[in-house]
Amino acid sequence: MNLMGLFRSPQNELEKGGKEAEDAGIRSACPRCGVQLPLSDLQENMNVCTACGYHFRVGPRERIAYLTDEGSFYELDGDLFSRDLLGFPAYDQKLRNAKLASREKDAVVTGAAHIMGHPCALFVMDPNFMMGSMGTVVGEKITRLFEFATGTGAPVVGFTVSGGARMQEGIHSLMQMAKTSSAIRRHSASGLFYLTVLTDPTLGGVTASFAMDGDIIMAEPGATIGFAGPRVIEQTIRKKLPQGFQTAEFLLDHGFVDLIVPRAQQRETIGRLLQLHDPGSIGMTEEEMGGGLE
Amino acid sequence: MSAYDKVMLARSKGRPTGAAYIENIFDGFVELHGDRRFADDPAIVGGLALLGNIPVTVIAIEKGTDTKERLRRNFGMPNPEGYRKALRLMKQAEKFQRPVVCFVDTSGAYCGLGAEERGQGQAIAESLMELSTLRTPVISILIGEGGSGGALALALADQVWILENAVYSVISPEGCASILWKDSKKVKEAAECLKLTAQDLEANGVVERVIPEEDFESAFAQIKELLAETLPGLIATPTEELLEARYQRFRKF
Repeated sequence: MNLMGLFRSPQNELEKGGKEAEDAGIRSACPRCGVQLPLSDLQENMNVCTACGYHFRVGPRERIAYLTDEGSFYELDGDLFSRDLLGFPAYDQKLRNAKLASREKDAVVTGAAHIMGHPCALFVMDPNFMMGSMGTVVGEKITRLFEFATGTGAPVVGFTVSGGARMQEGIHSLMQMAKTSSAIRRHSASGLFYLTVLTDPTLGGVTASFAMDGDIIMAEPGATIGFAGPRVIEQTIRKKLPQGFQTAEFLLDHGFVDLIVPRAQQRETIGRLLQLHDPGSIGMTEEEMGGGLE
Repeated sequence: MSAYDKVMLARSKGRPTGAAYIENIFDGFVELHGDRRFADDPAIVGGLALLGNIPVTVIAIEKGTDTKERLRRNFGMPNPEGYRKALRLMKQAEKFQRPVVCFVDTSGAYCGLGAEERGQGQAIAESLMELSTLRTPVISILIGEGGSGGALALALADQVWILENAVYSVISPEGCASILWKDSKKVKEAAECLKLTAQDLEANGVVERVIPEEDFESAFAQIKELLAETLPGLIATPTEELLEARYQRFRKF
């Protein structure tokens, strides 16, 4: 595998990001309302359209910055990367492209963090890495995170975004559903809290395993959430899907999601839910809670 | 035989369906219906039976054997209520300390409007979580098609066996070819790449056993014999040991 590609320097203004990008007047069109948004406005607004409230997909590092107390995130298993287990055509190339597009080694980032002073284990999936598809590394990192959280008595907060299981790893990807579910069950049986936040899109084997296993299931407004992808259903029933089918709001109506929380309020709501599962912390200041996951 | 030939064989209409396995392997089957929440799903057959002298809970995905039956059984594609019925029967097996035997044969969990409305993903997720610590032995046997999460929902087991010409895959070769290559003609190549044959699965440690298929009468007899050999040992295993082994069985992937 050619690793050098991973370490190339930024090649254009967009990749450099920050000030240059802003000065260049780069804008993003909102996929829902079509408004042209200056990148700086969008970034300031947590990648939510300032005109219509559309939640853009965001990578794990941005979410971790929105969510966790400054400097509190400690990454775990950041060195794991996928291999082409089955000799699947073009998988190596896809992995290389995904690493470039996401600047991550695979489709989930895991670690320990504080949210509003409350320690937790955290996983955040990455839409820029093969649309968050779940292969062995995703399953392994999430399993290890739950084992770590069970061992340390920590709650787990998990953000899902995934097109489903990763075809290129065949049956090994399917087995990740069993592996993660088993680890989550052990965490749950220890009386520990698991909160999932379903973001756009959450589908397939991820919906049918750890996304739906939360004690509390939160969703981002407008997110597509389902088992079968919309195209597959349309092909099966040979009809167009009704408006709003498989949205977060649809799942709320049908009783599969506890609450929908816009990105700007997620930190506070998650902090409050963590507090409610840790009665000892009630009435303490963030400094008093201090400490972390050892 | 190519991987795609095996897929065609696994799907072929002459193949015995779940109900035939129940009939030929167990005695005195009593079918039990319904998930107690919404409906009874004819795509999954479940109930109680005897294996020799051992009472067991038996669950089988049933595709149906003629056109009318196939329609009624939704071609063996379960809805959420099917998985919820299966889980209800498994929890009963746990209560009464009966082992569970599952026969899996599905192209996948159904992809329809109602299935989504009633939480197909949630139903499978719950089945996986519950099976991972079900305090009674579970053996799952893949007898035809093992279609992704819809098959795995009944195959998180202490041992997983497979018929010689059955397949088990994360996605159908057709789905794989159309998503990856936007070309349905590459289906044979996809079948090869997915490593979905019984022989590949045994080599990768996904199944413990491949059951020969010279003819199905002898396959039934062999499964009966293997179950009679294996179940007493699993029943005698202390529960914590059984669950630890089940955890490690899937932890290795």
